[in-house]
Amino acid sequence: MIDWGRTCLITVTMLGGLLTLASLLIWVERRLLGIWQERCGPNRVGPGGILQPLADMIKMFTKEDWIPPFADKVVFVLTPAIVVVTTLMTFAVVPIAPGFIVADVNVGILFFLAMSSLAAYSVIVGGWASNSKFAFLGSLRATAQLISYEVFMGLSLMGTVALAGSFSLTDIVEAQRGLWFIVPQFLGFIIFFIAGLAETHRAPFDVPEAEAELVAGYHAEYSGMKFGMFFVGEYLSITLLSAMIVILFFGGWHGPVLPPVLWFLLKTSVFIALIILIRGTWPRLRFDQFLSFSWKVLIPLALINLVVTGGIVLARNG
Amino acid sequence: MIVFAYTRDLLLGLWIVFKRTFTKPVTVQYPEERPYLPPRWRGRIVLTRDPDGEERCVACHLCAAVCPVDCIALQAAEDPTSYDRRYPEFFRINFSRCIYCGYCEEACPTYAIQLVPDFEQSEYARRNMVYEKEDLLISGTGKYPDYNFYRVAGVKIRDKDKGGAENERPPVDVKSLMP
Repeated sequence: MIDWGRTCLITVTMLGGLLTLASLLIWVERRLLGIWQERCGPNRVGPGGILQPLADMIKMFTKEDWIPPFADKVVFVLTPAIVVVTTLMTFAVVPIAPGFIVADVNVGILFFLAMSSLAAYSVIVGGWASNSKFAFLGSLRATAQLISYEVFMGLSLMGTVALAGSFSLTDIVEAQRGLWFIVPQFLGFIIFFIAGLAETHRAPFDVPEAEAELVAGYHAEYSGMKFGMFFVGEYLSITLLSAMIVILFFGGWHGPVLPPVLWFLLKTSVFIALIILIRGTWPRLRFDQFLSFSWKVLIPLALINLVVTGGIVLARNG
Repeated sequence: MIVFAYTRDLLLGLWIVFKRTFTKPVTVQYPEERPYLPPRWRGRIVLTRDPDGEERCVACHLCAAVCPVDCIALQAAEDPTSYDRRYPEFFRINFSRCIYCGYCEEACPTYAIQLVPDFEQSEYARRNMVYEKEDLLISGTGKYPDYNFYRVAGVKIRDKDKGGAENERPPVDVKSLMP
């Protein structure tokens, strides 16, 4: 039976924590990028600039919230919500510590894949509804990227599923008690990481919003808090990607001495920092390069990984 | 294998950027820390005085003529108290136009107009960017503490006749130059 009180408590904690984290990440990212470019980043508002997201929020709420007259209004307004809602919904299946999970469904990975694919629709539909050429080009690129990375994103995770023998994220974490899946599934980790970066539209795969060529790509026409929602969604999906990497390949909450929650948060923040570091380092790929790389290299690699892992699991069990 | 070379380069790039975590930022925290401005830095324009405390500017209009953005406006007048000595009746620089090129300083024959190391000229109202003569005039001599135009130039003023300047011989009486 579902313990409603406990579920509500966990939900409220997760929601509050995640939204705080997403706004805090705006400051963290700008500060880290600043440090890595030998400058300071925002350090004026509050101690060390930590209240910068608050100032940004006040600015965004007081700015003119403009809907272009040529846009498809209903879809245009609805789109920013999709990315935030779907990403938040995915967090329902993320096990943070033993028992600390909103819904321990037995197909957690499938739910995650489904929801992250839905989040990609916000990019496509948002660019289409904006009805301007830069936004349209951005969503066009997002579509082209989507049909390539979604394939090997799912495939790369199947090796992990085969090893754990379950689609449930809790079972996968429990299966890593002895050995983290990063060791037997290193290839899977690399492929999933690349797919995840493309999924979150982060550098070096941020072609749908490439500032240098497409102004801001799919969210070029958005202003005010609708633009802010896209940003919150992006930071939420970075957190989600880091959390999923930790759960699937780095043993989730397992770790010595420290309590499980701390271990989980520590590992997740390391990956968030790594994603920001990658943004500060690597140049953006041309999107046809990414397409050929994913179809010609990553999908075959993911298939080989799946076949070899499946064979080994079969040989060990049989 | 080219794949390994690429991978190594990518990871090397990450490492090089990550090392920046431990270096000091190059940023100058401006209002608290001030950047060093060299003495010849071209900033706010001032009008200087000679060592006697008189205005150096002789209102020759050369600065206004050379100014590429036409931001200098002045009008010449003669000082009734010190006979023959020219001075600007008004001298106006529109700093919202000024590009701080320093041509006025180069053109000035008397070292009157000078650019000093100061860039803090922000104003809330645009009209406040127009500096009048009393805003431009300083009490010191600026970069050339000993230079006094009227003491080296041959021009006649009230307390100095022709030939009275430094390194100058008395004027020759042309009517005595008989063959």
